[in-house]
Amino acid sequence: MLDAILVMSGLALFLGGVLGYASIRFHVQGNALVEKIDAILPQTQCAQCGFPGCRPYAEAIAEGRADINQCPPGGDANIHKLADLLGVEFKPLNASHGEPKPKSVAFIDESTCIGCTLCLQACPVDAICGAPKQMHTIIAQECTGCELCIAPCPVDCIFMIPVQENISNWKWKQPAYLKGTA
Amino acid sequence: MRALHHFNGGVHPPEHKCESTLRPIQQPPLPEKLVIPLHQHIGNSAKPLVEAGDTVLKGQMIGKAEGYVSGAIHAPTSGKILSVGHESVPHPSGLKDLCIVLEPDGLESWIDLQPLDPLNMDPSTLRNRLRDAGVVGLGGAVFPSFIKLNPGTGKRIKTLVLNGAECEPYITCDDMLMRERAREIIEGAAVMRHMLHAEEVVIGIEDNKPQAISAMREAAGQSMEVVAVPTIYPGGGAKQLIRVLTGIEVPAGERSTDLGVQCFNVATAASVHRAIRYGEPVLSRIVTVTGNVRNPGNFEALIGTPMDHLIDQTGPLEGSTGAIMGGPMMGFDLPSTAVPVVKATNCIIVKSDALFPKKPQPMPCIRCARCAESCPADLQPQELYWFAKAGNFGKAQEYALFDCIECGCCSYVCPSHIPLVQFYRYAKSEIWAQEREKKAADLARIRHDLRLERIEREKREKAERLAQKSAQAKTAENSQPEQK
Amino acid sequence: MNSPYLAQSSSVAQIMVKVLLALVPAIAAYVWFFGPAVLVTIALASATALALEAVMLKLRKKPVKPYLLDGSALLTAWLLALSIPPMGPWWMIVTGTAFAIVIAKHLYGGLGSNPFNPAMVGYAVLIISFPVQMTQWLAPLSIAQSHLDFMSQIGYMFFHALPQGAQLDAFTSATPLDTLKTQLHLDRPMAAIMSMPVYGAIGGTGGQWVAAAYLAGGLYLLQQKIISWHVPAAFIATIFIASGAFHLIDPAHHASPWFELATGATMICAFFILTDPVTGPTTPRGKLIFASGAGFLTFVIRTYGGYPDGVAFAVLLMNICVPLIDAYTQPSVFGKKK
Ligand code: SF4
Ligand code: SF4
Ligand code: SF4
Ligand code: SF4
Repeated sequence: MLDAILVMSGLALFLGGVLGYASIRFHVQGNALVEKIDAILPQTQCAQCGFPGCRPYAEAIAEGRADINQCPPGGDANIHKLADLLGVEFKPLNASHGEPKPKSVAFIDESTCIGCTLCLQACPVDAICGAPKQMHTIIAQECTGCELCIAPCPVDCIFMIPVQENISNWKWKQPAYLKGTA
Repeated sequence: MRALHHFNGGVHPPEHKCESTLRPIQQPPLPEKLVIPLHQHIGNSAKPLVEAGDTVLKGQMIGKAEGYVSGAIHAPTSGKILSVGHESVPHPSGLKDLCIVLEPDGLESWIDLQPLDPLNMDPSTLRNRLRDAGVVGLGGAVFPSFIKLNPGTGKRIKTLVLNGAECEPYITCDDMLMRERAREIIEGAAVMRHMLHAEEVVIGIEDNKPQAISAMREAAGQSMEVVAVPTIYPGGGAKQLIRVLTGIEVPAGERSTDLGVQCFNVATAASVHRAIRYGEPVLSRIVTVTGNVRNPGNFEALIGTPMDHLIDQTGPLEGSTGAIMGGPMMGFDLPSTAVPVVKATNCIIVKSDALFPKKPQPMPCIRCARCAESCPADLQPQELYWFAKAGNFGKAQEYALFDCIECGCCSYVCPSHIPLVQFYRYAKSEIWAQEREKKAADLARIRHDLRLERIEREKREKAERLAQKSAQAKTAENSQPEQK
Repeated sequence: MNSPYLAQSSSVAQIMVKVLLALVPAIAAYVWFFGPAVLVTIALASATALALEAVMLKLRKKPVKPYLLDGSALLTAWLLALSIPPMGPWWMIVTGTAFAIVIAKHLYGGLGSNPFNPAMVGYAVLIISFPVQMTQWLAPLSIAQSHLDFMSQIGYMFFHALPQGAQLDAFTSATPLDTLKTQLHLDRPMAAIMSMPVYGAIGGTGGQWVAAAYLAGGLYLLQQKIISWHVPAAFIATIFIASGAFHLIDPAHHASPWFELATGATMICAFFILTDPVTGPTTPRGKLIFASGAGFLTFVIRTYGGYPDGVAFAVLLMNICVPLIDAYTQPSVFGKKK
């Protein structure tokens, strides 16, 4: 009886030691982890997560200051990836940060724009070009659809237009199966 | 005699080729309007050079090649431009794309043609000509030919392969072209040989086309070798034909040029000949119209000809259920038969339930490996299917998803009637979309970082300026005598 | 619809029907040499299998008709029925079939997803649970001291009742493999054992002809391209080489390799059981490894194990290895040959 207890506790100690060592030895270094998290985040830079951009949010996750389900543009798919990376349980998107929306780009109604440059200052990726008192335009390829430019506009001339499917971004659909088979 | 090699897999679907080879190539009457898409090739869309209301001459460039991988687009006949806008095009998505609509004036007035004498000319001049003439691969891949004719410095091309195999059922446009215009093909091949400095030219034709083989042998004489290859689908795939003729296997993602071979479709050779010797850009192509029609045949159709115009010439029959562009193994459903003929249109098959019966309901995969036995790329389709279905795209890529040539052999043999290829197309386009998203995210990250840097810099500069100012103010203050 | 628009006219049902067809000669030989009881076994197993298959499909909310008609349940039933003693009690047949269909097949995901060969799971459960009933084989008619008429056989199967004065021992016997094992244990010389009436020219009396009929059915499947040569060839060759080597070294204790091939479940296993695509590897090299492994295990269990035949356990053990075998035998892709 005593032998068994000794053996078992010895084993437990040994295994505990191994695990402890492994967690130190294989711990992902802080910065590398932030990079990895940041690589998963969608880079919309919309601040809906409660942080001023994707990287601050990545840092917060890495330091355990934020949960993994606060980024609406990334949606559930990204939360799954984060959960895999961090080895934690998946949890659905926290709706208080917003709902995922189809990708859109901003469009400035140029006849109304007064050239106030407020949107220009708001855009996190400098996707708006224009000079003071001149009409502004959005570079559609660079717009991430973060909607940060909408609120500042004093004349409400910015609209979000959902990205249309066209021949170059069209995708084959997953084959529909008759229910139940295969 | 050349010793032939062999590739694994392949299938023997019913050929249905004789129906459309009974008549010579026909010239359809001019249609009332031509709809000419600007994106008819791999690479960037051409940039339109005309506007509604312009009149154009036959052969006039109306779309300019944009960037390196692109091709020019020309007016197939003279007439008036009605509009430049989005129209229905032959694409599996059924979406619209930018097209130029041309109303023919029936005069067929040509631009001034500038023939070249290729064999005394520098290959790079010839390549520019081919680019401006919109010559692209007419076998279906529509890759700009001038790029493939640029072997790169230090590369030696041993074998130039001409592909006249035409392995897919129903399609006979290359067969008829070889029967009737063998000389043009051979002349084009001679130009390409000159451009590539190729040591030999080998022309592979499946042995179910004896007339084409003898016509080509006669035209080729001693200068090029015409080889009858065994009939098996997909023996006309470029990689498969190269393998059969030379024994070389070109891996996915590598250029065959690096292995000393280059392969062109026979129709492409003919259009190279016309573009160089006569200065004629690609204005038309041979199209097989077959399936559920009274008189199947081949037509020399102007690019932009609405497909129903051709189908009308063959006498459509009752019970048609739409049409396929391409062959029954790799083609796709057309959104309507009103879409135009493009450079990739080798065949139009009018469908009926009798010709293409509905497939039975799919059953689960029983792991019988018939698909793997039939796969010409030596893949394990049942594994790819499993991963694609589960959305495990990384694993699918590990199992060489992108080596799949989408030939359809696996789906053809699967006893469970699983739409395997559809799963691979779906998985591939999902992966491409993910890559696009990744690129966009990377761009956004960089731009965001730059912005933060800029703001930081501006702040610093402002602070410096302020500091300077206040320093100046301080010194000014100091220099003033104390008031109190 | 999407390309390819054409499809070969083959289906899962067609494949299964051909396999069932290929079993018919063996069943005929069985009836000829051992009497018609096996037909009752097959009928009972089939009825059980189809009924349970239908119930399971309903429970799993799958369309019943296409799956029931695919023939896979029927094939499982036939293979199980042919592997157990032909006059086993009815409840044993039903239990075995139920295990095969409900647990080994449907609880593991149904057609295409089950990792273990259902018929062999059924067999293994039976031989572990009912070792006595599972070793009471009918003696070949030609050597049985007496034999029961068809009605009395049915009576025995369903009511465990024998006609007046009939002795169970008079018409049952151990299988040739079993006999060999017990006799060798008694230190009888090989030649004397082999001259016992249960042994024929190569294998067991009668049994060797059934084996020959399996072989014929298997060749038909090969010719129809339903199965590939890899599995039967590797399985037969492995058993032949392993038993041949032992026979050469120690002929007094090891039967000839021909005997090993012609007795027991060697042939049905080579052509009908190991070739089950669902529970076998898909790559050609994998098939060779899989079948040689099964052959070797069969030989080892036969020679050293406690069970009369090793086939079922060999198959199940190799089934476990299939994912591993597949993963390590991926053929190289076109253009990327090593
Ligand atoms: S919510 Fe917006 S800022 Fe926050 S991580 Fe997601 S995309 Fe980036
Ligand atoms: S343009 Fe507007 S929506 Fe687009 S990235 Fe800039 S701020 Fe966001
Ligand atoms: S042919 Fe069909 S059923 Fe057979 S392994 Fe391939 S996908 Fe599975
Ligand atoms: S479609 Fe792809 S996986 Fe299927 S047989 Fe062709 S190459 Fe192989």
